[in-house]
Amino acid sequence: MDTSLIAARVQFAFTVMFHYLFPVLTMGLGVLIAVLKTLEFAGKGREYGEAARFWARIFAITFAAGVVTGIPMEFQFGTNWARFSKFAGPVVGQTLFMEGVFAFFAESSFIGVFLFGESRVRPVLHWLSAVMVGAGAILSGFFIVATDAWMQHPVGYQIVNGRAELTSLWALLNNPYAWWQYPHVVVGSLVTASMVMAGIGAYNLLSQRDEAHSRLFVRVGVIAGVLSSLLALFPTGTYLAQNVATRQPAKQAAMEGVFVTQPEAPLAIIGMPDSERGVLLDPIVLPGVLSFLAYGSTSATVLGLNEIPPDDRPPMELVYYAFHIMVGLGTIFIAIFLLAGFALWRGWLYGSRVVLWMLMLAMPFPYIANEAGWMTAEIGRQPWIVYGLLRTTAATSTNVSGGMTIFTLLGFMGLYLLIGILYLVLFLRIVNAGPGASGHMEAHA
Amino acid sequence: MIHTIWFLVLSLMLVGYAVLDGFDLGVGALHLLIGRTREDRRHLMEAIGPVWNGNEVWLLAAGGAMVVAFPSLYASSFSGFYLALMLVIWLLILRGLALEFRHQIANPLWQDAWDVTFSLSSVGLALLFGVAVGNVLRGVPLDADGRFSGSFALMLNPFAILGGLLAVVTLAHHGASWLALKTSGALRDRARAWQRRLMPATVIVVVSLVAASFVVRPEFTANFLAAPLLLVVPALGVFSLAALPWLVGRDDSRAFLASAGVIASLLGSAAAGLYPRLLPALPGSPGPALDIYNTAAPEGSMRIALGIYLFGMVFVAIYLRRVYRIWRGKVAAY
Repeated sequence: MDTSLIAARVQFAFTVMFHYLFPVLTMGLGVLIAVLKTLEFAGKGREYGEAARFWARIFAITFAAGVVTGIPMEFQFGTNWARFSKFAGPVVGQTLFMEGVFAFFAESSFIGVFLFGESRVRPVLHWLSAVMVGAGAILSGFFIVATDAWMQHPVGYQIVNGRAELTSLWALLNNPYAWWQYPHVVVGSLVTASMVMAGIGAYNLLSQRDEAHSRLFVRVGVIAGVLSSLLALFPTGTYLAQNVATRQPAKQAAMEGVFVTQPEAPLAIIGMPDSERGVLLDPIVLPGVLSFLAYGSTSATVLGLNEIPPDDRPPMELVYYAFHIMVGLGTIFIAIFLLAGFALWRGWLYGSRVVLWMLMLAMPFPYIANEAGWMTAEIGRQPWIVYGLLRTTAATSTNVSGGMTIFTLLGFMGLYLLIGILYLVLFLRIVNAGPGASGHMEAHA
Repeated sequence: MIHTIWFLVLSLMLVGYAVLDGFDLGVGALHLLIGRTREDRRHLMEAIGPVWNGNEVWLLAAGGAMVVAFPSLYASSFSGFYLALMLVIWLLILRGLALEFRHQIANPLWQDAWDVTFSLSSVGLALLFGVAVGNVLRGVPLDADGRFSGSFALMLNPFAILGGLLAVVTLAHHGASWLALKTSGALRDRARAWQRRLMPATVIVVVSLVAASFVVRPEFTANFLAAPLLLVVPALGVFSLAALPWLVGRDDSRAFLASAGVIASLLGSAAAGLYPRLLPALPGSPGPALDIYNTAAPEGSMRIALGIYLFGMVFVAIYLRRVYRIWRGKVAAY
């Protein structure tokens, strides 16, 4: 690979992975805040409103960091991936444009009303603005996943004069690949928000302060976490994996570490792939389970990497580990949430230091699981940028040199380090001020 | 036909961006000049606080429109203006952080740092946008495949620098007009003083740029001669400029509208002169200009996107009406 291609890929991977740390929280948190606002609106108690206001402050800084780190994404399609934009713009441009027109305008209009307008509008409009912000974030996610789903599994297009032309908007928005990818992304975000909400509640309980609000955080977080972590496994994760198995066999082979085509393929729980020698080292396997999960029958034949031409194989180790880290963490989340949910039901959760510690320490891991999931999806699609149609090597800008991209990559790294530090400082300040604080340190319009 | 409609849509979205985000960029340019105390500067940020993010969406939506309607223009111009666009991104990021983070901590050092960041990034963005428009009008050295590499040596030509200057001055004036409308007391007096100060400067840069563009792009008059009705667009600008001295200090809302009229007319006239070109080639370039035909997406894709646009704009109009109604009135009254 030449320098400019590597630089463009590293820059996109770095900026998009850093960016996703913020929307992965806001999409789920928007839903949870809308739930809290609805409970307050339904007269369930004042503390729901206070909790909503507290999480709105976290939402505000996360949303801001998400907005500013999102700007480079749309620009990069043109700056570093000009040949991709030329080829696929008539199709993927539709969903990117729709995100701007349908999601960004709604989000940016209502976020101001939601954050600063509580005293200026009627309660019902304030509740509506909370719902609109949550819906806008979820809708924004839909258009991005629809864009990605087309790159994974192109539909509703024809190739005219060497580039893609959209023939059916409905097919683009109703891509069967997105049917399970989109719900999986949304529940992944809900798991993250649930874990953060429960984890912050646990942190406060373990610090022995603000008992009432903290119990509410833990309760709402654990209930939402039980639901979303189970939904991440079934049906969304299971059927998404089947989609991959039928539509992208090379990606599945890399994900599962299948080197050789075989019937009754085993599921590797643990093991280290060695793609040089084509073996899985020190594996622990469940016989026949992969065949069953992928095709519904333990005797089904699973395609191995050996049948895929070397030029069409994704980088195996990265895809394998990313997928296994995601699945492993997802399993641990289910265990933690079921344990905490059981404790909540039996009434000993708030007094159990062990479970509270687990919830608190688990907070960073949904971020890792979500990023690993996207790595599986995107690296597993390689060497294609649009599956089967356009190779990543043929998608870059020919008039931007590797040196230029490395220069801007270093710039992004420095700037994002600053954003990360500032975000954490503000996050901790808001958490330590607690839901009792009077809102912003300073009144704001 | 569809190509011309999309040219119009893209022009309208960029004019919308310039008029709307223009005033909050202008507020940023004057932030340290009008806001003498931290309390003042807090009010200035409050004057744009709830709307700036929505204003910026016009830029992102226009980018989306460009990808879907004229993908080759998007590919060629974004990769060609690579470093300048990266600077734009970084400044947009810093500016967004300043607006959202400043009020989070009541510490003088923290707030001063963000005040300076906000002001410098706003001036920088206005300057870069002006330079970019200047270069689009002047043209770039396109090769046979419609590509170019826009080095700073190429982009910082006198015409483009004049464009940058024009953007800074007119947007600062526009920002002062917004502040006169949204603030009261001493802040409004200072905003009006800046309106008066920037008015002659605006006239000078506008006249210089128009004169210079006759030299750089004499063929821009062709469209106006062919369709004299287009002269309405520059006439709106002349009328708005002429009305400013009567309105400033007397009628803040009409003065703001007149300032918006100047900006809309400038960009509108440029678009009218440019049509059907989108990015002209410098004389001596191997390749032809990029226009609405040779950069367009297939017609089917353009028609679908136009449907999306018209449908979406209905919602946008409802939101914007609602939001600007909620935040109407002076900042101190919040």
